[in-house]
Amino acid sequence: MTAAENRSAARAAQLLHFQLNGEAVAVAAPPHWTLLEVLRYQLNLTGTKQGCDKGDCGACTVRLDGAPVLSCMTLAALVQGRAVETVEGLGVGGEPHPLQRAFAELGAAQCGFCTPGMLMSAAAYLDDLATREAPAVDTGEISAVLGGNLCRCTGYTKIVQAVAVAAGEVIERTQLLAEMSNDDGGMP
Amino acid sequence: MTRPLSDNPTARDLHRITVDHSPVDETPVVGSRHGRVDALDLLTGVGKYADDLVLPRMLHCKILRSPHAHARILHIDTSAAESMQGVHAVITGADLPVRYGVIPWTQDEYPLALDKVRYVGDAVAAVAASSEDVARAALARIAVNYEVLPALADPREALARSDVKIHEDNKHGNISKQVTLAFGDVDAALAQAELVIEGDYLFHGSTHGAIEPHCAIGHVDGHGLLTVWSATQVPHYLHRELGRVLDRPSHSIRVIQPPVGGAFGGKSEPFDLEFCVAKLAELTGRPVKCLYTREEVFLAHRGRHPFQMHYKTGFDRDGHILAVDGKSLLDGGAYSSFGLVTTYYSGQLLGSPYTFPAFRFDSTRVYTNKPCCGPKRGHGSVQPRFAIEVQLDKAAVALGLDPIELRRRNFIGENTQTIGGFHVGSSGFLQCLDEVERASGWRQRRGKLPKGRGLGIAGSTYISGTNYCIYPTELPQSAVQICLDRSGRVRVFVGTSEIGQGSNTVVATLAADELGVELEDMRVLAADSDLTPVDLGAYSSRGTLMAGNACLAATRELAAKLREVIASTWDCPAGDVGLAHRKAYRLSDPSVWMPIQEAFILAESKLGTLGAVGSYKTPTANVHGDYRGGTIGASPAYSFTAHVAEVEVDEETGDVTVLQIWCAHDCGLALSPTLVEGQIEGSTYMGAAEALMEHHRVLPSGLRTDGQKRDTGPGVEGLLAASSLLDYRMPTSMDVPELTALIVERPDPRGPRGAKEAGEGPLHSSIPAIANAVYDAVGVRIDDLPIAPEKILAALKRKASPSGEVR
Repeated sequence: MTAAENRSAARAAQLLHFQLNGEAVAVAAPPHWTLLEVLRYQLNLTGTKQGCDKGDCGACTVRLDGAPVLSCMTLAALVQGRAVETVEGLGVGGEPHPLQRAFAELGAAQCGFCTPGMLMSAAAYLDDLATREAPAVDTGEISAVLGGNLCRCTGYTKIVQAVAVAAGEVIERTQLLAEMSNDDGGMP
Repeated sequence: MTRPLSDNPTARDLHRITVDHSPVDETPVVGSRHGRVDALDLLTGVGKYADDLVLPRMLHCKILRSPHAHARILHIDTSAAESMQGVHAVITGADLPVRYGVIPWTQDEYPLALDKVRYVGDAVAAVAASSEDVARAALARIAVNYEVLPALADPREALARSDVKIHEDNKHGNISKQVTLAFGDVDAALAQAELVIEGDYLFHGSTHGAIEPHCAIGHVDGHGLLTVWSATQVPHYLHRELGRVLDRPSHSIRVIQPPVGGAFGGKSEPFDLEFCVAKLAELTGRPVKCLYTREEVFLAHRGRHPFQMHYKTGFDRDGHILAVDGKSLLDGGAYSSFGLVTTYYSGQLLGSPYTFPAFRFDSTRVYTNKPCCGPKRGHGSVQPRFAIEVQLDKAAVALGLDPIELRRRNFIGENTQTIGGFHVGSSGFLQCLDEVERASGWRQRRGKLPKGRGLGIAGSTYISGTNYCIYPTELPQSAVQICLDRSGRVRVFVGTSEIGQGSNTVVATLAADELGVELEDMRVLAADSDLTPVDLGAYSSRGTLMAGNACLAATRELAAKLREVIASTWDCPAGDVGLAHRKAYRLSDPSVWMPIQEAFILAESKLGTLGAVGSYKTPTANVHGDYRGGTIGASPAYSFTAHVAEVEVDEETGDVTVLQIWCAHDCGLALSPTLVEGQIEGSTYMGAAEALMEHHRVLPSGLRTDGQKRDTGPGVEGLLAASSLLDYRMPTSMDVPELTALIVERPDPRGPRGAKEAGEGPLHSSIPAIANAVYDAVGVRIDDLPIAPEKILAALKRKASPSGEVR
């Protein structure tokens, strides 16, 4: 192959299979494309935002196998066979996620542009919280979890409050479920 | 008499009227706890910002930018780029040879540089191509021959150099604007003063840092209508300038502002990309999108002007201000932007909350070969407010007075006039001082804190829009159209720009109470020049007061019609009809009621389609000074703010930690308290960031942040030290202090239900409160911002060796 043919072969779109918000997707994308580009420009999932395209702002945060990642710094080829979650998959059956409700009620989203990324970082944290033995609402921990997501509108106060409220709901639900499973002799 | 429908099940079913038998709820929507009415759309990823819009056959535009801070363009060859596959059009300055600028009197920019570039990043050419990658590759094949000129990075040098002129046709060298105004005999007052505090202050530059980069799409439809979608906060000014630059009648242009991902003043004038996508759409017949990179956002800038200030303030022995004399040099960067206004604001917005018996300011804005400065949240008055408030703190120390008490003594009062002739209506400034004093435990704690800890106070004021528009007009500044829907819904068409500050929620809240509906029943359609009446935009904190008043005018007219029709049904006076929370009811007997939807249907069947318009014109009589410039900065109503900051200074490292900031803000009446708190917290945080961390700094020479080595020699000035969100240090959730927002309500007769601004005022005094707290903590003054550790350490060393020698 000539150098030009090599280049063009290297840029040829490759087929990617992965789980996106719980559904299997197949999409062809050039191997140098980022996950952010594939989500926004191939799959039209524009809920995930681009703020800087160099991993500084966190607006493009999505979950990859549950962990928050910067989709602008993740090559799409890396998600082959894995599970990706975006803000569009956060609510269930048309109902907003507790985080989305808390953000709306408490004014934690002003312009809303950093919010999808913020929500995905927070959602990963809440899921982690639900697996702990003695979960507790800790605003210091919440601030640390959101440390990679820049917000320019709020000063973070209401964001931390909203995540704390949603965390409280998760903890209550987890404890309730645990009590019920005890009462029922181990039934989930 | 109109027949009610509620007792007729068939009619009710036909209209699908919901009947809720719970008692009438008279709690006002105004003042209740609620978030943004449109929040969930954005929170679920459904809402479409400009870059989320995709049109069929859309092309992508990239802009070639100058690598030189100052150079003459000798020749541009675009042929190689034009011949590339996938390139549809290339334009240069010659394609758009019309000057523009947001202020009609100082238009000095071209969409693409015509003959000269004036900063690193000035736009030179633009490409429309099948993809961003192709467009970027095409930029690399545009050949520009420059004659590099000496670049001016320092404003003092720009003043002194007569041989280098950034704008050749400018009348006064590199001076962009000069304003001197004097009220009273300043020199005599200073001569008689018991105490004169004199100081030099440096306010560094900062930038907006909205997370959404600028983005615009242009499209010409089959009828020749040009539509531009843009992440702008001033769609009306964009509409005007597009018409001028493209030589199009305004009726052939439609500007739509989608939800905007933050602006803070950084999107408050037209930018190169909007003209480029419009022109390229005209040329190619296809939609064209341009999205700035983050570096381009830093270059587009229009951020806070660096100010070099010298202030003299005279006091009597009791701490009363006798005179203020301020001299400021504003570093404007390459173009005018709002600079004329900035220069006036640097003095004109200082006349309250304190009485100045004599006041003089002398402000000069100069051009330099750097990204252009403009309006950032708290436009023009954040910098001098820093100087004033530190001066007051120094006076309190010199006179042995409590700095809060000194501020109280100088309060200008309510329903009064500033020395510059601005009418101040309501003012809750004293309550703001009381609130932060109480909440921070000032009296109990100040002076008793551990070593290295300190408390500082500062106060401020801001405008709720300006009485005079930036172009002369007798037309209203804001307007709404409202329709009542037979489904029980209310549609508001409003020109205001929702940029996250909650302007849609403001009109929804006001209208909901007037018309007796819930916030969920409000549908606000905003900022589409084909659908909504003109509003001048989201700047100078004008939205709540102006669109709010326009909204009240329209809703009150509609509510009166509703009441009349319902009153005829019940055979009672119209004044006995109440409208609240989806019910029309008799005020004298709330057991008589009907669903609001039914009231809408009855009224529509009697009067026809229910709609009303409302508009707002600013007051012009006895509200401003009667001299040249006396109208600039005069507002229908002023907000007031006080901050107390608590800091901890590490004397070993010079590091300053802000532990907590209490901010009390008088917003007249909080229509949406949650949103007002959000504005107070966001402003306070942004101020704290400017005090300690952020600096939009231009290097005299060096490397670009992308690592690309540049030649040395003339023209290397004008490079940004920080053109990424990593290098430009915006606080993360780990860096912010605890923020306590305290709402003070002092309703103003000119505000809608008394409301005033909340979006910009609460930034100002955050900065001097921190500076004053640092002094309280360790006894040193850092009068040049940002308050960086090395400055603290140097000042501590100077303090330790009073001879002034620093080892």
